[in-house]
Amino acid sequence: MRRYLFWGAVILLLAALPPLAMALGKGFYIDLVRRIMIFGIAAISLNLILGYGGMVSFGHAAYLGVGGYAVAIFAFYGFNNGFLQWGVAIAGSALVALAIGAVSIRTSGIYFIMITLAFTQMLYYLGISIEEYGGDDGIRLKTRSQFPLVDLADGVQFYYVVLLLMLGAVYLTHRIVNSRFGMVLRATKSNEARSRAIGFSPYPYRLAAFVIAGAMGGLAGALLANHTNYLTPDFMHWTRSGEIMFMVILGGMATSAGPLLGASAFLLLEDVLSGWTEHWQVILGPLLVLSVLFFKRGLAGLLAKHD
Amino acid sequence: MTFELFFEQLLNGVQLGVMLFLLAAGLTLVLGIMNMVNLAHGSLYMIGAYFAITVTQWSGSYLLGVLAGLAGTLVVGMAVEGIALRTLYERDHLDHVLATFGLILFFNELVAILWGRFALFASLPSYLQGHLALFGDVRYPLYRAVVIVVGLLVAVLLWYMVTRTRLGMLIRAGASNRTMVAALGINIRLLYTVVFGFGAALAGLAGLMAGQIYTVQPGMGELILIQVFVVIVIGGIGSVRGALVGALIVGIVDTMGRAFLKPLLSTLLSTYAADTAGPALASMLIYLLMALVLALRPAGLFPARG
Repeated sequence: MRRYLFWGAVILLLAALPPLAMALGKGFYIDLVRRIMIFGIAAISLNLILGYGGMVSFGHAAYLGVGGYAVAIFAFYGFNNGFLQWGVAIAGSALVALAIGAVSIRTSGIYFIMITLAFTQMLYYLGISIEEYGGDDGIRLKTRSQFPLVDLADGVQFYYVVLLLMLGAVYLTHRIVNSRFGMVLRATKSNEARSRAIGFSPYPYRLAAFVIAGAMGGLAGALLANHTNYLTPDFMHWTRSGEIMFMVILGGMATSAGPLLGASAFLLLEDVLSGWTEHWQVILGPLLVLSVLFFKRGLAGLLAKHD
Repeated sequence: MTFELFFEQLLNGVQLGVMLFLLAAGLTLVLGIMNMVNLAHGSLYMIGAYFAITVTQWSGSYLLGVLAGLAGTLVVGMAVEGIALRTLYERDHLDHVLATFGLILFFNELVAILWGRFALFASLPSYLQGHLALFGDVRYPLYRAVVIVVGLLVAVLLWYMVTRTRLGMLIRAGASNRTMVAALGINIRLLYTVVFGFGAALAGLAGLMAGQIYTVQPGMGELILIQVFVVIVIGGIGSVRGALVGALIVGIVDTMGRAFLKPLLSTLLSTYAADTAGPALASMLIYLLMALVLALRPAGLFPARG
């Protein structure tokens, strides 16, 4: 019951935000919250493999980049159909995730972390070295993706599209995690040897989860490119991967609300700190260390405790 | 492609490999013995470069700068280990990654506050300038040659230390079974701090030598760190020998790829295609190599025996 109340409140709050912000003349908040929800989708997808699957992927920004490039490259050649752009963004990142996952899931522990990081860095350098699509400087989107009925150029309509997709991602993840597939995935995380013993080889389950998470990350990338109207290889910068990972941990791993809470907290913190000083990372860094040392259960854990 | 050019690029590859080795050796020891992922290893490299440049400018002596870079990173490394990382050994890798990621943000920004975001340029003392005539028409910058020699000397020294001294024996023992080492009455905490400080000083050495070859700016550490990860994955975690071989392979492949892939491709493809594909493929080469090695030998070329 409590969980329905929580999600009801979240949906109401997010749905009421644009008219409220407009009425108060603070249209800026629509942009900020849309950004939070887009990163929320990325964090939700990482949570699937990190939180539920126990795979410490340090390369989740790769899919943001692939999704973003799919939109930007089609737009560059004048194809603005959103179904085409987003479809390729999702399928493309799923393919990239399949390739990266096929190699990296064979390993575990430290190797897995370093390999996912290295492959993402490879894609980052690939983005930089392709001059055709702006190289280092990136590429500007002339128009946002075009869909029938909705107009993404309208900030509020785009906001509601993102909101719906984010809720879809939450629901999908919830369904996946509680399905038979999700139970096996969680079993491989909590005890690999036992899950093998009862007849489940972890590899295909992990790989499938990795690919699903990649596809969802690609969608977030397509949204992000539309949000910023601009795409640079920095979408795939390794610090981006670290930030998304931090969002998941800060919010609370393996919870449905955690990634959203984490994305909100991180981006609001970034907003406040960067308004305060140019050198906000000198504050963020130690905060990160402290939260790892003393704040193990995340924001979702805090909520659960006080309920 | 002339032979001289080829040979010079080969040496450049070895020089990059030596740099990577200095970073990889410290990192692989920390990984192997403490089972700890330290992303902030690149920060120590950066700090070494900044310390050395600052003290050199301040004192006018290059040697003092080198000493400051080494001592400074040793102290910073041991301080970081004592304050932040020591409490993390018992935690899982995810916590290591996040905490050291936080340290990177902190150090990069701190350096930007103290020295600014712009690239610094380090000058060389007169006795390290100039070229070395090798044979025929082949000339090589003296400084880069010195870097190669220093790196190889460190490799020999490390090999001796790890395989022939008591400290090395403890390091190897700690890597295979730390509980047993502690039970035998060895102060494993102190051993960890020493190894960490030592690895930090090696990173500092790489950093202070890099100042005259690459640009010195905040974030310089992470650019090379990710290549170091590739080295360690190829070489095998915890193996100094693997780190050396992996570093040389990565250094040479990367340098040669950037120098010769484009002209090589242009003999096969159109100039336009080669211009586009050459640099792209060259920047991906070491990662593809890593994927290949992993496909064939998932534990690296020289897995440390545990």
